[in-house]
Amino acid sequence: MRALIKNGQVIDPGRINQIADVLIEDGKIHTIDSNLESTLKNPESVTIIDAKGLIVCPGFIDLHVHFREPGFEYKETIATGVDSAVAGGFSTVCCMPNTNPVNDSQSITDFILRQAKVADKARVFPIGAITKGSKGEELAEIGELHQAGCVAISDDGIPVMNSLVMRRAMEYARAFDLPVVDHCEDAHLSAGGAMNEGFVSTELGIPGIPNAAEEVMVARNIFLAELTHSRLHLPHVSTIGSVRLLREAKERGVSVTAEACPHHFTLTDEAVRTFDTNAKMNPPLRTDADVQAVKTALKDGSIDIIATDHAPHAVHEKQRQFDNAPFGIIGLETALPLTLNLVEEGVLTLEQAIAKLTCEPARVFKLPFGTLAVGADADVTLIDPKKTWTLEPNRLRSKSRNTPFAGWTMKGQIVKTLVGGRVVYEGD
Amino acid sequence: MGLKRKDLLSISSLSPDEISLILEASEPFKEVSGREIKKVPALRGKTVVNLFFEPSTRTRTSFELAAKRLSADVINFSPSSSSVVKGETLLDTARNIESMQADIIVLRHSSSGSAESLARHVRSSVINAGDGWHEHPTQGLLDLFTIKEKKGRLGGLSVAIVGDVAHSRVARSDIHALIKMGVEVRVVGPPTMIPPFIERMGVKVFSNFDDALPGVDVIIMLRLQLERQGRSLFPSMREYAKLYGLNSERVQRTGTDLLVMHPGPINRGVEISHDVADSCQAAILDQVSNGVAVRMGLMYLLSQSQ
Repeated sequence: MRALIKNGQVIDPGRINQIADVLIEDGKIHTIDSNLESTLKNPESVTIIDAKGLIVCPGFIDLHVHFREPGFEYKETIATGVDSAVAGGFSTVCCMPNTNPVNDSQSITDFILRQAKVADKARVFPIGAITKGSKGEELAEIGELHQAGCVAISDDGIPVMNSLVMRRAMEYARAFDLPVVDHCEDAHLSAGGAMNEGFVSTELGIPGIPNAAEEVMVARNIFLAELTHSRLHLPHVSTIGSVRLLREAKERGVSVTAEACPHHFTLTDEAVRTFDTNAKMNPPLRTDADVQAVKTALKDGSIDIIATDHAPHAVHEKQRQFDNAPFGIIGLETALPLTLNLVEEGVLTLEQAIAKLTCEPARVFKLPFGTLAVGADADVTLIDPKKTWTLEPNRLRSKSRNTPFAGWTMKGQIVKTLVGGRVVYEGD
Repeated sequence: MGLKRKDLLSISSLSPDEISLILEASEPFKEVSGREIKKVPALRGKTVVNLFFEPSTRTRTSFELAAKRLSADVINFSPSSSSVVKGETLLDTARNIESMQADIIVLRHSSSGSAESLARHVRSSVINAGDGWHEHPTQGLLDLFTIKEKKGRLGGLSVAIVGDVAHSRVARSDIHALIKMGVEVRVVGPPTMIPPFIERMGVKVFSNFDDALPGVDVIIMLRLQLERQGRSLFPSMREYAKLYGLNSERVQRTGTDLLVMHPGPINRGVEISHDVADSCQAAILDQVSNGVAVRMGLMYLLSQSQ
């Protein structure tokens, strides 16, 4: 089985950025060169994909999604989740363990991988729990989770408040070279909070979550990573203070990586003024100063990657009053255009933007994807960078509709997503 | 000129002209409550539903009286708190009520923003009777009405709001209302009870009560939510009363013909001393009777605008 993607602008960050053809053979990248078509042997057996005017890059990798299965299939299943992923250009996703039951055991990991295999679209890598039931008390069987296929450990939305437990988890995970992902939030400081603590929360009378709730835990985790020489990954960095801590830690050589979510570099807490529960997520939308800090950190590399924190919730759940509505928004199908806005604004070059979605996340979790190197699995995303479209929630592939970007004009659209050389998504 | 809006959801969304209009429209209704037959036919044939998801006797009674004195049919609906623990059913409940052709829904709910989200989903007029810590606009209006009645004006006055401003919808509505009408506002309380950046609303912040007293014309004392004790907002009622309670000594220190107000119910001996609560400077009961007049004025205007 062979396919030729011709005349596209091939961007493999740090390696290639030119108009070229990509030849895929047996699910692997075979050759990248100009005018490959004329040199093909048996051209009639090759599927030709014309990519003129399109960007051809490695399939995106999202280190932070919630696919809700098992337990909350009414929000999203693994099947609908990967459907949404490939529609957003993602060929690989890592799903958080906050399912029911929590993914703290080999059997749940096996189940997730089996469902992913049945769905057969994007590659799915589970993230295992740090502690049993994500209760923050006893370590989960991290070694077995690793053997079963988990690529990182995290208690997801539930921060590990006990610093000793966190220290032991980091030490233990080192045996398997697993990154530890901690949702940085001091649960005492954030208790009852539903939005960013600031002038907007003061005016709206909504309980606030101060920046410090994130920052004190970022600081703690950095010190623990330093103590234990482990791999720390910080999800959804949202504050100016976290960025400062991260930058300083990296300068000192601490092994820490970090991600930013598109909503945190696109929106501020002003979006809450209409009490729109789709503007409710955790960490919350912050102020303009925080947004600017996150952008600067993406630019200078203090924040390594972009991840979506895709968090589906049912309509009736998001219809609750603001303080009672669940945290989180879906993000897989809006990540590309929101990231491309950073290119338009001059924050990132196109190549940097693509790197934050491909080779950088691959590096952070040491995944063998996110590259168009010869011999690599042919996970390829084709993008029309100029195409504008309107976000209509009802047309999304995700099972849920909780996006704050309804009605927005988006620029940049996914045309095709290939996983292992197979087209798994094709735009209209 | 009438009020060109379907709902009253907040003071922050009102213009000074609209505020003046409501205050003026309320004046004649004050006289109605003094008559032997306390009833006018302004809302005859209309249905007012008091939808109270939070326990409240005073505000609900005030709205009920106001609607009845306007000859409306009034239904009090207080869904049991157990069925609405999560607040999911607000919209469903409200749609049910709307289907019974309610003209005005008066909503009290523990979630900030609940009145706005309700108003977006129903055709009935919605009056916010308190949403979370957000706003309690009719309280703001009746406080303005009372100050104006007692002081003869609003512009140029100085008003102190004292207590747990962070968790008070009364404080937010009062601040918006007073600032819009040209009043200088001082907020007073321990820093644990003053929300961040509140000075951007146009107020001056004091953590020492005595510093805020000189020249102040009106003091609005907020009710101390006693259940907040033990949540590290203040160490003890004893210390709170000492530092932030209003007593006759502090009344003296203002050096003005002070007006003392309180949204009720008062904690005697905590935020306000006995003698001050019962003094001739206290307008606490006037606030209650003015509350009925202002709510009559408001419902009348809203029914006219439909």
